[in-house]
Amino acid sequence: MTARHVLLLGPLLMLLGAAYLLPFLGVMRWSVTLPEPGFGQYHAALSDPLVLGVIWRTVRICAVVTVIAVAAAYALTLIWVRGGRTARTLVELCIMIPFWISVLTRAFGWLALLSNKGIINGWLQSLGFLSEPLTLVRNEFGVVVGMVHFLIPFAAFPLATAMRSVDERVLLAARGMGASRTRIFWQIFLPMTKNGVLGAALLVFVFALGFFVTPAILGGGRSVMVAELIYLRIFQSPDWGLGAAISVILMVTVGLLLGVMMRQNRGAAR
Amino acid sequence: MIQLRPGLLATTLAALIAVFLLMPLVAVIPVSFTPTRYLAVPDGEWSLRHYRALIENPAWAQGIWLSIRIGVVASLVATALAAAFSLGIWMLKPRFAGVLMGLALLPMVAPPVVSALTLYFFLTTLSKVNDLVAYDTWAGVALAHAVMIAPFAVVLISVALSQLDRRIDLAARSMGAGIGTRVFRIILPNIRFTLLTALFLTFVLSWEEIGVTLFITSVDAVTLPRLMWMGLRDNIDPAIAAISVVLIVIVVTVVLGKTLWQWRATGRKAR
Repeated sequence: MTARHVLLLGPLLMLLGAAYLLPFLGVMRWSVTLPEPGFGQYHAALSDPLVLGVIWRTVRICAVVTVIAVAAAYALTLIWVRGGRTARTLVELCIMIPFWISVLTRAFGWLALLSNKGIINGWLQSLGFLSEPLTLVRNEFGVVVGMVHFLIPFAAFPLATAMRSVDERVLLAARGMGASRTRIFWQIFLPMTKNGVLGAALLVFVFALGFFVTPAILGGGRSVMVAELIYLRIFQSPDWGLGAAISVILMVTVGLLLGVMMRQNRGAAR
Repeated sequence: MIQLRPGLLATTLAALIAVFLLMPLVAVIPVSFTPTRYLAVPDGEWSLRHYRALIENPAWAQGIWLSIRIGVVASLVATALAAAFSLGIWMLKPRFAGVLMGLALLPMVAPPVVSALTLYFFLTTLSKVNDLVAYDTWAGVALAHAVMIAPFAVVLISVALSQLDRRIDLAARSMGAGIGTRVFRIILPNIRFTLLTALFLTFVLSWEEIGVTLFITSVDAVTLPRLMWMGLRDNIDPAIAAISVVLIVIVVTVVLGKTLWQWRATGRKAR
């Protein structure tokens, strides 16, 4: 340790230590001291049917969202990486514009489309397909749509990296030996980008687990997910110990998933 | 060189998904012109009342100004600390560099709601000893945002440094440059575009931040996203549509401008 080390590395590490690490230890302390010392809150979190229901719903929604978002991002990225110049630029715009727009604006856009007086119900009713509005929002459907929309750009970036590294000559060789386009895709291109797909899926799943804003707005308090449950336990029906315990469980889960992701990346690099 | 282009099926699928991505952004435009006080599509009659509300209701201007102030302070602090940290890792190659890096990136990889609860704990604890940097104050929000956005600046700057030719620095050092000269006259000027990108990205991240802000503010430090959240939760206020259209227009202009500029640049090269 020299003066240089302290001067350069010190400020950020001190800020994160004081504003992040120590307070997180404080949150952990809450989880084992409120309302009374012991591991009662962890026991409650993993046996209370309400909390378990929320955890199960979170895992289920995140799994569905991951599959849809990665599949959609794959189709989109295929054009982004391999399309003609115009198609490539158009797709890039469709990825970058939503990416830079805030999560609130995007959730609001879905409310405008999907709510009972929204655009889709308005159209369906004026065309005479429906007499009663369809419930498209304030339920799990709305949450899934909003989350898929938010996460497609995030899945597209790792997929693009994987697709760019595919050696074109392998595809041409298959073509030269008479393989059909469908066969080239399913038997060569998709297996060659498999690690990118797994990486994107893990990234999307980890992101989705901690989602708060989109489920809170599009779920309308009915399909509560883990992050919203923590918020409710801290601010609405105060049970800080339980909120803290669920946070610690969430943090450990994400840590384990990230560990898997890093091991997989190391494997892919080798 | 890509020779096998995607077929019709793949292109059609991608087009449908592209429409899906743009749909909610387009949908807010008609809603923002509704004459009603609730969320509805204008039915023949169009109105600018919600845009007028943005100007006439001082809460919007206050929220925007607060978000700008917080964003500028948080992005400057975060980028400066991240630059020093990344330089430290690059120049000094400390022991346990991997552990230190993991620590620096922690707020980025942890679930936002866990960070939010952690920073809530931090600021309410600070509230007990001072009123300036505390729960529901602008300085408290700026500090919390700095913690959340610094990892993004660390990633950008570390990547730029890893691509920088070390021999430039070695040459300066062998000619007797001190550490100050090396950092401020040699290394930082070489990565100045990355520093600007980091400032811009961290500002945008702070400007949009809602997850953490929701936990650490209540009635005094109402940033723009916090204000939008309040209009979205209970009765949906169509003024949210008007402010959303304004934000979308800004983003579309910037992204489109950048794309057109790149398009012309690559077009020239191709010719």
